[in-house]
Amino acid sequence: MSEARLFLLQRLTALVMAPLVLVHLVLIVVAVQGGLTAGEILGRTQGSVFWGLFYGIFVLVAAIHAPIGLRNVLREWTGIGRRPIDWLMVAFGVLLLVLGWRAVVAVVGGGA
Amino acid sequence: MAEGTLEVRIWRGGDEGAFGAYAVPARENQTVLDVVTEVQRRFEPSLAYRFSCRVGVCGSCAMTINGTPRWTCRTHVKRVAPEGRLTIEPLRNMKRVKDLACDMDGFLGKWASVGTFEGTATRADPPAAIDPASPARREVDAAIQCINCAVCHAACDVVAWDPHYLGPAALNRAWTLYNDARVADRRAVLDGALQPGGCHTCHSHGACTEHCPVGLSPTASIAGLKRAGLVSLLKGGRS
Repeated sequence: MSEARLFLLQRLTALVMAPLVLVHLVLIVVAVQGGLTAGEILGRTQGSVFWGLFYGIFVLVAAIHAPIGLRNVLREWTGIGRRPIDWLMVAFGVLLLVLGWRAVVAVVGGGA
Repeated sequence: MAEGTLEVRIWRGGDEGAFGAYAVPARENQTVLDVVTEVQRRFEPSLAYRFSCRVGVCGSCAMTINGTPRWTCRTHVKRVAPEGRLTIEPLRNMKRVKDLACDMDGFLGKWASVGTFEGTATRADPPAAIDPASPARREVDAAIQCINCAVCHAACDVVAWDPHYLGPAALNRAWTLYNDARVADRRAVLDGALQPGGCHTCHSHGACTEHCPVGLSPTASIAGLKRAGLVSLLKGGRS
């Protein structure tokens, strides 16, 4: 993928992430008022289509955004070649996606 | 400058070397280039350094003065060393050849790699009619005064980190070519600047703009290239 495409993707994903991060942070602060248990969290999130979509999208854009930035850091700060870095970053993105979506499914999925 | 003596440290050697220390008389009206010249004439006949015009036109006398890249000819000692202590080194980000002279090949090679002026007009054609007020020409005018002194290249941290990075001067040059209506293949110039190591490698630190002795803004030129790359991507799906 060209540098210009990655540049565009990184900015577009940042655009999507900015409000999501704000909601996420505010949510944490609000949710922990008066203590919090795993049961309370799951009670709110399980079966919620909204939170499923919210965090599903969040994970997707983060998994695109982070590897593009990390790629630049590795290029400048390590002696790893450009090709290996690109493949490492594809793997890193997939890892974020799998771990993130797995967590979303665990929190939102079913009433198990 | 008050009467007295300057404590001057000058790099001797190539990439391996050491500082030499010299006591140079402080004078009322004295540039750093005057100091280097005085050291060479009075103490160190073998001291190597570059200069030509002495008046800020040729761009060959840039060195690192107390850690900052500058033209030595346009830098008054009293402005940068009020305490009378000067440390003079060759420019950063280039191989040191000898003493204060560095190898400009890498810098000039990157400059040349972004393209040279190639038009479509022949001798038979009338001169191109360029409106000085047109947006594209204004962009060129804002960036065209670069004289390849390499101060920006030495000031740029990204050049230090990534040897593939073209650097501010070369990308500034690409921006002037891209906006020049007479250039035959402007698309090729932009494509070159969008390659890995091109404009997207810039962090927009602004060190080039901060240090440019001519007052240019390579940062703005590089931002322009990024913008042009985005527009071409969104419009034509290219690159």
